[in-house]
Order: sequence, then C-alpha cells, then structure tokens
Amino acid sequence: MLETILASSVDGLLLGFVYGLAAMGLALIWGVMNVINLAHGPIIALGMFGVYYAFTGLGLHPYLALPIVALLGLAFGVVIYGVAVHRVLNAPHLSTLLATFAVNMIIIGIATAAFTTTPRNVDFSLGSVSVGRVTLLWSRVAAALATVVVTGLLYLFLYRTRPGKHIRAVTDNRAAAELMGIASYRTLALSFGLGTMLAAVAGGLIATLFPVNILSGGGYELKSFVISVLGGLGNPLGALIGGLILGMLEGIIPVFMPPTWVPVLEFGLFVVILLVRPTGLLGSRR
Amino acid sequence: MKSFRLVGFTSLVLAALVLGACAQPAPTAAPTAIPPEPSSEEPAAATAVPMEEVTLKIGFTASQTGSLNVESTRQNNGLSLWMEQVNSAGGIQVGENTMVTFESVFYDDESNKDRVQELYTRLATEDNVDFMISPYSSGLADASAVIAEQYGKIMITTGAASDATYQKGYTLVYQAYTPASRYLTGAVDNLASLDPAVKKIAFVHENDKFSTDVVTAAKVYAEGLGYEVVLFEGYDTGTTDFGPFINNITAAAPEAIMGGGHFQDGTTFARQLSEKGVSAKYIALLVAPPEPTFSELGDAALGIVGPSQWEPLAEYTAESADAAGLEYYGISGSDFTDAYTAAYGEEPSYHAAGGYAAGLILQWALDTADSTDVEALKAALDSMDVLTFFGHSKFDTSPENHGLQIGHSMVYIQWQTAADGLAKQVIWPPEGATAEALYPVR
Repeated sequence: MLETILASSVDGLLLGFVYGLAAMGLALIWGVMNVINLAHGPIIALGMFGVYYAFTGLGLHPYLALPIVALLGLAFGVVIYGVAVHRVLNAPHLSTLLATFAVNMIIIGIATAAFTTTPRNVDFSLGSVSVGRVTLLWSRVAAALATVVVTGLLYLFLYRTRPGKHIRAVTDNRAAAELMGIASYRTLALSFGLGTMLAAVAGGLIATLFPVNILSGGGYELKSFVISVLGGLGNPLGALIGGLILGMLEGIIPVFMPPTWVPVLEFGLFVVILLVRPTGLLGSRR
Repeated sequence: MKSFRLVGFTSLVLAALVLGACAQPAPTAAPTAIPPEPSSEEPAAATAVPMEEVTLKIGFTASQTGSLNVESTRQNNGLSLWMEQVNSAGGIQVGENTMVTFESVFYDDESNKDRVQELYTRLATEDNVDFMISPYSSGLADASAVIAEQYGKIMITTGAASDATYQKGYTLVYQAYTPASRYLTGAVDNLASLDPAVKKIAFVHENDKFSTDVVTAAKVYAEGLGYEVVLFEGYDTGTTDFGPFINNITAAAPEAIMGGGHFQDGTTFARQLSEKGVSAKYIALLVAPPEPTFSELGDAALGIVGPSQWEPLAEYTAESADAAGLEYYGISGSDFTDAYTAAYGEEPSYHAAGGYAAGLILQWALDTADSTDVEALKAALDSMDVLTFFGHSKFDTSPENHGLQIGHSMVYIQWQTAADGLAKQVIWPPEGATAEALYPVR
C-alpha cells in the first residue's frame, strides 16, 4: 500500500507542476488587472496544438518548440487584450467575463473547424526509470523542470527588469503608476500576454504527456480556478504551490476511493477554501 | 431478380468504364441497387410504365465535434458511401415501377446525449425523415432509439453495442453490431486457449454505458471460467491521466488487463501502460486498437488485442454464405475496402464498415419487403438471416430483446511487427485467424 501511495504521489506531484504553471497564467492576469480570463482553456489548447504541429509538421523537438509557443502565446495575449479586454477593463466584472468568454467561444469555434476534435498525439517519449514500484516518466520530470525554469524566469522578469517592475507598480496602484509616467495600456497588455504565454507553455508541456484535442484545455481551466483560489488569487507562486497540492490529491485519492470522487473532493476543497480562507493559502496579492 | 441485377450490373460496369475515361472515378456501384431492364420477350411499348422516382430521407446525427468525433466520422463516411453507391446505381426498385433513391438529413450532435434527443425529434417532426440511423456510441444510440420508436420510424443502430437498448420493448429498432455482452468474451476465450495457467484479470473501463456493459458481461463470463478478477475499476469519460489506475493495476499484479472504452481514452491508456512498463501477458482494449491510427502509438501498440466488429482481413463471401446455408447480399469485403479507400484515402475501420452495413441492412429490407411500408419492412427485418461483407445479420424477435443482434460475431485483432512497422492480424476466432498470437505481450 505504501509503495502504491508513493508511486501515485510522485506521479501527481510531477503533474501538479504543470497544473501550477497553467494556473499561474490565470492568477497573474487576475492579480494585475482583476480580470478572470475565461479564454484560458482554449489558449492552453492552442499551446498544445503549437507543440503538436511544431513536432509533426516542422520536426522540432517538443521542448525546442516551447519558446516559439511562448512567444506566440505572448503575442496572442497582447492582441486579445487590445481587441477584447482593454475597452471593458473599468466596466463591472461581468463585462470582462463576457468579453473573455466571447474570445473563448471564438477560439473554440475556429479551432474546431480548423483542427476538428480528433485527438492528436505527440508521439514522443523520454523513457522511464523504475525504483521498486515507482516508475518515473522522464517526460513528467522534464515538464516539472520546465515549469521551475519558467517560474524562475517569470520572477526574474517581474523583479529584475523595468517592464516587470512596471507590471508590479500597475498591480499595486494603477493610477499612481500612471502619474509616475508608466504607460498602463502597454503594461496591462504585456501582463495579459504573459498570462496567456504561461497558459500556452503549460499546454505545450501537457501535449508531451497526453493526447490532446481542442477541447482539452477546458479541464485544465477548471483546475486552474481551483488552484488559484487554493494558492491565493493573484499570487503566481501561490498558484504553483496550489498546483502541487492538487496534483498530489489527484494522485493519492484514487488509491483509497474510486477515481470518480476526485472532482467531488477537488471542488469540495474549492468551496471550503472560499468559505474558510478566501485569500487562499498564501494570501492574495491584492 | 438476380439475373436482372447481373445484367444491370454488367451494363453499369461497361458504362462506368466508358465514362471513366472522361470523368473522375466514382465509387463502386452496389450490385443489388440496379433498375431491372424490360424483358426482351415482351413488347417494350406495352410494358414501359414510366418509373416513378421516390427519394426517401434517412435521418441521423453525427458527432462532428466532441469526444466521439473520430469513430462517428468514419461511421458517417461508411453510410455516405453506401448512399452514393445506391443512388449512382439508380436506386432500389420497390414494387412494379418505383425507384427509391436516398438523401441524408443529418446534424452535429456534439457527442452530446441531450442534443441527440432534440435533433432526432426534429428529424421526425420537422424534416419528416423516412428512416433513421443511430448516432455512434451506445449512449447516444439509446437516446435516439426512443425517439424513433415514438415516431414510428424504422431505425438501424450501428456503432452501438449495448444490450440494454433492446430490452425496453422497442419494436422498430434493429442492431447491426454484435452486442456488448459478447464483446470481450472472445478475448477471455482467446486467453484461455493461449495460456490455461493464467488466472488473474484486471478490468479497467470507461464509466459509460457501453464500456460498463461490456466489462460487466466479460467479468461474469471470466469468473464463470474460473478467473479471479483482481481489479474492477471505472474511469470518467475524458480521463487523460491514467497514472492512478496504472499504480492500482501494478499493485493488483494481474496477468491480463482488459477494458478501455473509446478511441481517445483507449490510446492514452495503452500509451501510459507502455510508458509505465506495466507487465501483463495479455492486454485487450475496446474500440481503439482496431482503428488504423492506433499504430501511431508505435511500441505501445505492439501486442495490444482489440475486439473488432469487422476487419478488411475477414472473409465473408458468397461461398462462405453457401457453406453456412445463408443468403449473401451486397458487395464483397474487398470491393467495400477498395471503394472506401478510394473515397476517403484511408483503410476502413469497423466503424466505417458498420455505417455501410446499416445502409445495406435497410437496402435488404426494402428489396425483400418490396415496399416502403413500415410494417412490411419490420416483417422483413424480423425474418432477416443474411450474410453480408460485414458478417451474419439476424435479429432477436422475442418481446424481451426485440432487435438485438444475434447473428453477428466479433473478430479479435492484435498489432504485430511487420516489415514496415506494425500490422493488424486477426488472432481469434481460430477459423478466421491470420497469424499466431503474440504472447506473452510484456
């Protein structure tokens, strides 16, 4: 039993890193501009397709495709911000929810027509290593490492570069930041782009683990909500830790009860955190 | 009738050869869908009653989006091919002077049961279709069957193997597939013949109607043969991470693994079983392995067994029909495979063959009943006992299981190493086997 728990915990923990990365994108956007990005799921799915087509069409190694996917994700986010979000940024929350939901529907509609919902498989494996009953898949280890690298780069960017400091200033007080000469439009667009970039990279990493289709992002979007609330909405590091906790739960719960209980307990936890500690485990940045 | 068909078929082939020089290749014509020519012994002027052309509507939904997209698209392709062939051959003669051709009316059901009921009601009430074909999958077909029955439409279900649909007292719904209760029992027999020493089986299955029906029946069957079921667990539709299940499988240490669900989860499950290095002597999964694209999994596909409703390798011919004392109807398996490959650029899977077979069953019923009347067609289908390229078709006519397929049986394929990668081989039943089973798998 202990070996099964250990094997499941390791699996879940490694997957939790990727969940955390996806949730960081959602948390960052909320933290900076108080927008819940309902197009998060399809953007994750587009990241999956980016890696899939780079691998099958261009013959690129999936991990080498990730920087390209990241740049495209960033650019796409900036475009979405300019077209759909900026105009309604100061309107009530419902307006931004509807705007991003519209983007969500548009992406799903176009991508379903273009790619269909046929599952795609990045036929790629890094092999595995077994220690007792624990089998470690190198692709999951690589995904976890990539998440750590991306998180590190994000924090370096936010704390060591001028645009990063602008983002933090706009997060803390947009009006004051504007008075100091920070162009809030550009900073907000960049923040939204960074959020979608993280989602796209997470999608790209998921494509190295599981077959994907254009609707696959939906599940990760829901997990991102739970994780963001768990870790503290608006706190990217909290999102990463929330991801690890959720991954562990997903690994361990099926050892003791039927796996159909996993979403019940996940969303039960979501409600409990909202009731008991609405700022999340690490506390909201706002 | 047969001689008329032969003459008609020959004329059509000749016409096709002439037209082929200046037109794009058309799908092969169904030999049974030929208008008879007037007898040369009778004065043509006296008997030349003009043929009335009637176009009947066949209504169905297809999962153009959603999780069932792959299988449903192929099923739809098979049905479309049948319809094209019948229509391009001029239709089916019903009665003295009516030629029946077909048009399809279909909608995207989004792989969603609620949409199915809404759309089949629309097909019955607004589109006034004449016949219905089920959507792909047992759950969706079950949702559609009740609508067909309520509105008095003959429905041929295909891509739907669940037994339960036919235990609800329906009288107009007929099943083309081998039912779920017999889907994996052949795999258990195959395992018993390969290695009588194996005793421990794990069943891991998708939590949907079809997969649950299949593994529940297979579990009862396996236990009846003395097997110990060491794990019996379901996973939700859409599951992508099988890590927790695989760890439970490893803990239970089975010698054989059976189950799965549909294409998407089946391929993911097979891939992760391989990545995790799970050792099992025999692995049989539903639906996914017979799909040609399953081989894209590479080594993860090697040795996986899958029950298939039909395989291009399967030999159902007029000779085998004679030997079994059955009527053979429709085109040959190789003609179907060639026509499908020409039309869609890929080898047909059993889902595609099932789509074509649904049309063929309807065609046989119209041909036999010589009428489009629902009661006459129902009587014809109740008496059906025919071999087609898809296999034997015969329906249960008892009130308890009316419409349940009792003639058709599964073949079991396994992916084995071939000169150019992997190739499917039929390993069970022995009379249809094309290769020895690869055993133990891992």
